[in-house]
Amino acid sequence: MSVQVLLPGVLAALAGGEKHVDVEPAGATLGALLDALEARHPMLGRRIRDETGQVRRFVNVYVDGEDIRFNGGLATPVRDGAEVQVLPSVAGG
Amino acid sequence: MTDLLAIGTRKGLWLARSDDDRRTWTLDGPHLLAQEVAAVSIDTRRPSPRILAGIQYGHWGPTVMWSDDVGGSWNETDHGAIRFPEDAGAALARVWQLRPDTAERAEVVWAGCEPHSLWRSTDGGCSFELVRGLWDHPHRPTWEPGGGGGAVHTILPDPASDRVTVAMSTGGVYVSEDGGQKWEPRNRGITAVFAPDPLPEYGQCVHKVAVDASGPDRLYAQNHFGVFRTDDAGNSWSSIAGGLPADFGFPVVASPQTPGTAWVIPLVADMQRVPPDGRLRVHRTRDAGATWTELGVGLPDGNWSAVMRDAFCADEHDRTGLYFGTRDGCVYASADEGDTFTLVADHLPDVLAVRAARLP
Repeated sequence: MSVQVLLPGVLAALAGGEKHVDVEPAGATLGALLDALEARHPMLGRRIRDETGQVRRFVNVYVDGEDIRFNGGLATPVRDGAEVQVLPSVAGG
Repeated sequence: MTDLLAIGTRKGLWLARSDDDRRTWTLDGPHLLAQEVAAVSIDTRRPSPRILAGIQYGHWGPTVMWSDDVGGSWNETDHGAIRFPEDAGAALARVWQLRPDTAERAEVVWAGCEPHSLWRSTDGGCSFELVRGLWDHPHRPTWEPGGGGGAVHTILPDPASDRVTVAMSTGGVYVSEDGGQKWEPRNRGITAVFAPDPLPEYGQCVHKVAVDASGPDRLYAQNHFGVFRTDDAGNSWSSIAGGLPADFGFPVVASPQTPGTAWVIPLVADMQRVPPDGRLRVHRTRDAGATWTELGVGLPDGNWSAVMRDAFCADEHDRTGLYFGTRDGCVYASADEGDTFTLVADHLPDVLAVRAARLP
């Protein structure tokens, strides 16, 4: 299966300058997708998740437009052809 | 010779240089713009000096970055220089301290982090290993976070032995005599005014510790209320706050050259973290804390800002230079041990850490 990951501009440099990255995860969950993404781009993976595997507090991830925090977190199902978007949350100072 | 001053702020790193024996400074930056730089060090043990920075992206997490060309380019380890092992069940929250070891231990760099943890690198700071002896200490679950978070913020490796001294907020002072395997609290005499027992074995909120030039057994501690000295490597501490306008504050700096000489920057109290009467002043002792002298030439009145625990440092000149930055983004330097200060920078973001070094 193949999934397209959409990255904000600030993270694109960590994926070779690409804001759209095609990933082929080993499983059909968000966790498996992020594992595959991190295997290809370790620094990018660390920006999205900490070393316990959890998505960072101020990072939001959407699978086909749905916020994963309300849809199973890392266990959120990801279908072939899905679009997964990574966005910084409203935070800062 | 060039003097280099690294200034870590809440929104980036600035580098100041002086080529005229610290009379004038040129500011370069921002580097690492919009990233919090709570820890910085300049490792001069290498052929090219390495600047290490403990950074925190607002959204994207903490890590360690380094530059081997004085800020021209920055690098980071692919998988992260500091990563808790899986069985620790923890995630790095902030790098609070980066401390190069001695010239004899050329590639060793220590890191103090939040959550309370000590790390050791043997490759110049590219990758660190968790110091298990402290992490597995039975006291650790009861170390409480201070207002800034629970962290090891001070690391003092003894150049002549395997002793390592750390300080934590909260937790207090812990010492290992075997390079980090076994640890014991050494807080006898340091007060904890926020605890039911004002003199607990551990749990104090020690803000900073500095080593006197006379040797490793004499240390100064700026505590969360109280300034203390030990002459026996932390086994007992005595108050040296008499003569100061207030005993609260964050940094303490000891002269690398002159025994008995140290500096603090008092704040009124934990509920009033501002200079007494709005007068930003450094206080110096020449007699290991028996007496203190207020130093204020070049420092402002009407200043209601604070100086954080790592935002004050000394250089290695024979006549010690001092540097400190404030939460209102001003950086002051003294080339004469605090007799006079000049403004190096202003209008920066909150200054969190400063470190000075002489470059060849």
